[in-house]
Amino acid sequence: MSIDLSQFHQVFFEESFEGLDIMESGLLELSPDAVNSDDINTIFRAAHSIKGGAGTFGFQLVSDFTHVVETLLDQYRAGSRPVTQSGVDLILESVDVLRALLQDLQAGSSPDTSASDALKKQFEIFLSAETEPEPSSYSEEQSSSQRVTPTQLESNPDSAGSDSGHWAIVFKPSADIVQTGNEPFRIIRELSELGTVSVQVQTDRLPEFTTLDPEQIFLYWHIQLYASCTKEVVLEVFEWVIDDSKVDIEWVTDQELVTVVDNQQTESTQESVMPATEAIGIDTVPDETTENQPGESQKSMDSKPVRAAAVETQSIRVSIDKIDSLINMVGELVITQSMLGQIGHDFSVDKLQRLQEGLMQLEQNTREMQESVMRIRMVPISFTFSRFPRLVRDIAKKLGKKINLQLLGENTELDKTVMEKIGDPLVHMVRNSMDHGIESPEQRLAHGKPAEGQLTLNAYHQGGYIVIEISDDGKGIDPQVIRKKAIQNGLIAEDEQLSDQQLQELIFHPGLSTAEAVSDLSGRGVGMDVVKRNIQELKGTVELVSKVGEGSLFRIKLPLTLSILDGQLLRLGDETFVLPLTSIIESIEVRREQVSTVAGETDVIVLRDEYVPVVRLYEVFNIEPVNKSLFDGIVVVVESANQKIGLHVDDLLAQQQVVIKSLDTNYKRIEGLSGATILGDGTVALIVDIAGLLNIVGDKIDQTSVAMKTAS
Amino acid sequence: MTTQNPKKAQATDMTNEEAQALVESHGEDQYLTFVMDDEEYGVDILSVQEIRGWERATKIPNSPGYLKGVINLRGTIVPIVDLRIKFNLPKVDYTPVTVVIVLKLNFEAGERTVGIVVDAVSDVYSIGEDELKSSPDVSNKKNSQFIRGLATVNEKMVIILELSKLLDDDEIIRNIDEN
Repeated sequence: MSIDLSQFHQVFFEESFEGLDIMESGLLELSPDAVNSDDINTIFRAAHSIKGGAGTFGFQLVSDFTHVVETLLDQYRAGSRPVTQSGVDLILESVDVLRALLQDLQAGSSPDTSASDALKKQFEIFLSAETEPEPSSYSEEQSSSQRVTPTQLESNPDSAGSDSGHWAIVFKPSADIVQTGNEPFRIIRELSELGTVSVQVQTDRLPEFTTLDPEQIFLYWHIQLYASCTKEVVLEVFEWVIDDSKVDIEWVTDQELVTVVDNQQTESTQESVMPATEAIGIDTVPDETTENQPGESQKSMDSKPVRAAAVETQSIRVSIDKIDSLINMVGELVITQSMLGQIGHDFSVDKLQRLQEGLMQLEQNTREMQESVMRIRMVPISFTFSRFPRLVRDIAKKLGKKINLQLLGENTELDKTVMEKIGDPLVHMVRNSMDHGIESPEQRLAHGKPAEGQLTLNAYHQGGYIVIEISDDGKGIDPQVIRKKAIQNGLIAEDEQLSDQQLQELIFHPGLSTAEAVSDLSGRGVGMDVVKRNIQELKGTVELVSKVGEGSLFRIKLPLTLSILDGQLLRLGDETFVLPLTSIIESIEVRREQVSTVAGETDVIVLRDEYVPVVRLYEVFNIEPVNKSLFDGIVVVVESANQKIGLHVDDLLAQQQVVIKSLDTNYKRIEGLSGATILGDGTVALIVDIAGLLNIVGDKIDQTSVAMKTAS
Repeated sequence: MTTQNPKKAQATDMTNEEAQALVESHGEDQYLTFVMDDEEYGVDILSVQEIRGWERATKIPNSPGYLKGVINLRGTIVPIVDLRIKFNLPKVDYTPVTVVIVLKLNFEAGERTVGIVVDAVSDVYSIGEDELKSSPDVSNKKNSQFIRGLATVNEKMVIILELSKLLDDDEIIRNIDEN
């Protein structure tokens, strides 16, 4: 009995959150006009599992609350109450409350019950208000079910208001009850929460020790429950086991036995009551023991959340085919290894060919394996997308707009870490699109557009990137409004000539993105700088295409994973550095006529039609280089955040995939470096972070571009 | 020399309480000592993860001079500090006997693995807490705060270092906090 349940808490929380997601999406699909019983069943099942799990793990708060929700769902399921929008909204709200409760419990803090209590009252009012018109038909339909509504509770004639009696319960679990995951102890503990309990264990079914199957239960119990609750409440405790256990519940007053209707086993009730009362003498468990048990469980419950918070680990669900392919791959690797081992065993020069072949195969195996291991971390973006239908529905309601959300490419996979970090920026952008992009239905009709706005989220793979597009058919971003605002905020000079595209992209500038700008500006602009920064932290980029009157499209491009990168190795003095291959545009040997010096210090090369400032990497990193002159060595043109710079380095070496190791595990983060990696020979090479490098040299380049502008 | 002793690694996993309990039961701590500029220094042996020969480290751009760079320690990146430079001792060229002591140190920001370059490893001594004498007030406060105490072993003075403090006021940690 002393199994530490807390080890399963994490699983319970994860499953519950999944259940809530199922409920949420199910509820959003549910329209009161065309009720699909499958949908309701799905929602009901999810709620029921959460309730059951919460009961098992002693999260009484959650199971109590879920019970009320379930009651309403059960009525919907049975068809005894028409599905209404207000009811669906109420359940949706309860999903939020439950999520908050579970999050608090998961974090180990004591949950805030004010919201759940308030909502529970609402539920009770809702339930009692609308059942009254049809009470008779309702109770008929419910007679086969054990669940009960609060209305029934109040009016139940069985309700034992007097104290002059108790519930006599005989609980004979089926022998294999523990195999179904139910524990008699939990049931008794739950009973003890209803009132004072006296339990007698009956051992007469116990077989001889030699024939005892330890996985089966031969004990059964006689329980006296001194509590003024209804029979339904008592039955509720046995809800999970009633199908394959024998449960008899009787109200015993001082004068007589009042037999109450039971489930299918009513007949056996009569038979078993008498022997039960006779058997009380055997192995009597005194009251104090049963009082102790809940006390203990209470104590362990109190200490559990703290522990749970400490050991909170993240987990990931991986589909079995990914694991299978990994196992296949490992099998191939083993074969290759044994082949190589054989060659190495008695090696002679004539086997060189075979050795080379073997090594090639090994390389291929390793790469394939690396890919499939990376795939384990990949999850479909639907995990993030799935929150949007609800979000859009709620916001559209609040804003009084009609918005149709379309999700595309939900099965596009990306790294779990990337996905977690992109969630908030996406929400922000979707919100912006709805708030500032899509117009009100009247405005839309006036502009000859359909009243319902269209919002599309699209995800797809492109090269080593995942692209997420957020597009709307709203009013777009007016460059002139932005221009006015930017001049007002001192971002640009009054006579500065900027293209519409450049103006629109100013919304990513922190100077424009003040809260004030939102109300004044009819375009967007709340915290888009934050969005951009978040995306850049993920080594991604964001683009904007917008046409006034036709809508806007934000295109986010993110690397699929953060732990591996295609790198270009380069030499600088004695050191090897790695540049992310994706940021490199080209590498050139500079000719003298291409270079001009701006403002006396920064060199600029002419690259086709563009002027690209050159940064001497050895200066930034304080390294003694081999070549100080720009004309020796190589200039690598890189781009980050639409800014191009040339990096002057000594030499380019090989290209290879590198595994990113963090520097701050044992040291610290360094501006201009995104980490380190270990090369084939075991030495460490540092990975250059282009965005960080631009920050370091940014001022210098800004000056240059200003100088260039004035010069032209 | 570079093979990891699993027992030792386990020993470093001990919590302070456990280490304290060990002290109480034996009444003394064990210290690994090393030599630098003819002086003997000691570090708590429980913090020593391994001892390895000096190998070239990858320099970190714009880092303080005492940071020799980072090395690959079985897949993790570990910074290497030259204790001579840190203590303002005359620099020496690294020789084949120059060793790196890899230490697991508890900083405020968490446990970190750091290597220190020293001239040579010397011995292991057991020194009781009561044998430790506080260091005299030396003029160079910056360095004296890394010293936990002085002990005399075989009529020779051993300077026992307080390693978490050694790197505590260090730029390493300050920068971590800033980030």
